[in-house]
Amino acid sequence: MGRYVARRLLQMIPVFIGSTLLIFCMMYALPGDPVRALYGEKAPDPAQIAAIKHQLGLDLPLWHQYWNYLTGLFQGDFGTQIASQRPVFDVIEQAFPVTIRLTLFAFVFTVVAGILLGLVSGLRADKALDRIVLVFTLLLISVPSFVLGFLFQYLFAFQLGWVTPTVQNSRDLGQLLLPAIVLAALSLAYVTRLTRTSVAENLRADYIRTAIAKGLPRRRVVGVHLLRNSLIPVVTFLGTDIGSLMAGAVVTEGIFNVHGVGNAIFEALNRREGSTVVGIATLIVIVYLVASLLVDLLYAVLDPRIRYD
Amino acid sequence: MRGAKTMKWSALAAAVALAATACGGSGGDGGSAAGKPAGYVSIFNGEPQHPLLPSNTNEKFGGYVIDALFTGLVGYDAKGGLTDMNAESVDSKDNKTWTVKLKKGWKFHDGTDVTAESYVKAWNWMANVKNKQANSYWFDDIKGYQDVHPEKGEPKKDEMEGLKVVDDHTFTIELSKPVPYFEYKLGYKTFTPLPESFYKDPKGFGQKPVGNGPYKFQKWTHNKLIQVKAVSSYKGPNKAKNKGIQFKNYSKLESAYQDALSGNLDMVDGVGPKDLPKRKADFGDRALDVPYAGTQSIVPAFYSKPFKDVDPKVIQGLSMAIDRETITKTVLQGTRIPSKGFTPPQVKGYQKLDTDVLSYNPKKAKQYIKEGGGVPGNKIWIQYNADGGHKEWVTAVCNSIKKATGVTCVGDSKPDFQTDLEGRQANKVKGMYRGGWLADYPLNINFMQDLYKTGASTNYGRFSDKKVDELFDKGDHAESLDESIKDYQAAEKELLKKMPAIPLWDYAANIVHSENIDDVKVGFDGNVLLTDITVK
Repeated sequence: MGRYVARRLLQMIPVFIGSTLLIFCMMYALPGDPVRALYGEKAPDPAQIAAIKHQLGLDLPLWHQYWNYLTGLFQGDFGTQIASQRPVFDVIEQAFPVTIRLTLFAFVFTVVAGILLGLVSGLRADKALDRIVLVFTLLLISVPSFVLGFLFQYLFAFQLGWVTPTVQNSRDLGQLLLPAIVLAALSLAYVTRLTRTSVAENLRADYIRTAIAKGLPRRRVVGVHLLRNSLIPVVTFLGTDIGSLMAGAVVTEGIFNVHGVGNAIFEALNRREGSTVVGIATLIVIVYLVASLLVDLLYAVLDPRIRYD
Repeated sequence: MRGAKTMKWSALAAAVALAATACGGSGGDGGSAAGKPAGYVSIFNGEPQHPLLPSNTNEKFGGYVIDALFTGLVGYDAKGGLTDMNAESVDSKDNKTWTVKLKKGWKFHDGTDVTAESYVKAWNWMANVKNKQANSYWFDDIKGYQDVHPEKGEPKKDEMEGLKVVDDHTFTIELSKPVPYFEYKLGYKTFTPLPESFYKDPKGFGQKPVGNGPYKFQKWTHNKLIQVKAVSSYKGPNKAKNKGIQFKNYSKLESAYQDALSGNLDMVDGVGPKDLPKRKADFGDRALDVPYAGTQSIVPAFYSKPFKDVDPKVIQGLSMAIDRETITKTVLQGTRIPSKGFTPPQVKGYQKLDTDVLSYNPKKAKQYIKEGGGVPGNKIWIQYNADGGHKEWVTAVCNSIKKATGVTCVGDSKPDFQTDLEGRQANKVKGMYRGGWLADYPLNINFMQDLYKTGASTNYGRFSDKKVDELFDKGDHAESLDESIKDYQAAEKELLKKMPAIPLWDYAANIVHSENIDDVKVGFDGNVLLTDITVK
């Protein structure tokens, strides 16, 4: 087990280097020069552009730039933004906590509501309640998140007046509730569908019949025997989902004016701030890697037949 | 079973560890932006792109803050006239040597005096190539600029020869050649003084600037807000009528609009396309459209296939094929005003042109294009950046041209502004490009010289005409400002014959504000005059 984890951690290193290199090359290949853009529509000053590029090392060949970036990274230096001259670390430090709060909130909501709904409809497969849940989840999947965002804003902020239309204080969990629900809506629907299918299928399995025949109380049959075995596909989905919740919140963050990672990476892309994009993307890659490791470990918890030696 | 159990614990531990780091990380973002102090006005803004230095700020978000914190020598009134701010007088006999006298008793927000030295030393620093300031080119009229900002290599000197301190409140500016409208340029935000404390730590200053303007810097929480406080001892004519300003950071106009609607934000000076049709219904007379000195045009690239050696009559014909009235009313929702010339009405030197080239006339358009020999290939392109909301009107303009003249017109979309600019700079425009120009100073000269003079740096269409150049030159060598303006007015009439661009429409600032504030006015540059806003 310990060796397995160690091996997985070691495997992360080439993945990490490969992904940063890829993103670095992509940023390099994008048209549009960030230093030139400092001057807007006005006449650029070639001497000054050369000086700024030289200072930031942007005049070096690609491999050299990447090497500098990587060695800097291992010393904890994420680089400096071109226009604002702020350390990229500051930008990341500001954006990540907000996103992590929002993601965790959305994630908890997804897990609790999704599994509950899925379980209920799976137990009553093809009954009226199951149909209602099906329609509800289909609706969530088909409605784009910005429609849902504006709808919620209109309903809860303007019609009911329960909340402010945008997040005024990103530490206030009550204010994060609305964006978290919007963000979670799509995953919620998937989790519900996955759980439902899995539960409905396992309900017919031999070991459930055995458990019921043994005379176990219904709560134990459903809670332990049925649910535990049905969660494996759901956990797989949730593991990859946590990464996309973090990075893919650009639209939701925009609507509710949350200044998180999605927004930061979008703005950096627009301004061609290469080191910021690579820095944030790298961290998200790490989140993905750690999450998938956790998922694999959780398999063993859910199903004792799976072992890592 | 034992294996499974340890597994369970380690998975749980890992999950807890992840959650714990997540919670522990929440220290850095300054999540609570705190409430708004009484008497303050909160306005929509974005994160300034650069550190807050007058000489390095050339975009709107930073510009708003800089204008609040710093006051230069002169300013502009509502009609594009000049008013003295920190200067008591700016005079010149020959348009070459300018004498600046400062008002006495002005102080920086750190308590030190604003002297002639505060200006001269600051300008020398800003112009120096080593300091890499984006606005350094503004100083290139001054004698000795080449010494501190050579085109290549290290600067030869630290000081420009043309700047001389006479006494504490007087200094002279000698230019390398006479510029009759130099005083107008002095109103640009980079011509500000800097306090002595700046030179100790220029980098720190950019995060915590000390100015001499109507507001004093209070705090900057990155990506959240910038707060400035009104200075009660401020001596300038634009003393704040409110207690302070909060520049709140929004990534989307739409969310700011919602906040203004619910009263959480006092003012937004922009309305997203989604909200344009309903802004009057939502805000009533608190939704304003105020025209300002900015224009949009489409510019032929005179090296491209359709426009190489073109007869100007063809371009005139194309111009008459565009139904400006209808497009501004429908597609642009009344947020633009059809152009009546190459300069907008808010600048000094604006003239009414007696012409029908800028009015819709499909019949004449067809005739002109035919007489001019037609467009080679009968097809034109309009290059634009897809990230600026231009697609809709480019399509409308193209349809209008096609319907009126039969010339095929297609939009040539570039993903973003940088890519668009790069194409223009490298002479790779296929036909025409979208040109936009906002006034640096409210003078008709600013709308012509930088754009249409042979070899001018922003003349991306590479337009070149001897007669036009001669008229510009005459204006630059005029005896007085008034004559210079007149010469440029003559040049504008000539431009109408040569058509270096097709003017489309002038900008208007679309503002919505809450019930808490009043007296929202707009300057020539489209920025709201923050000091005039009153709180109810």
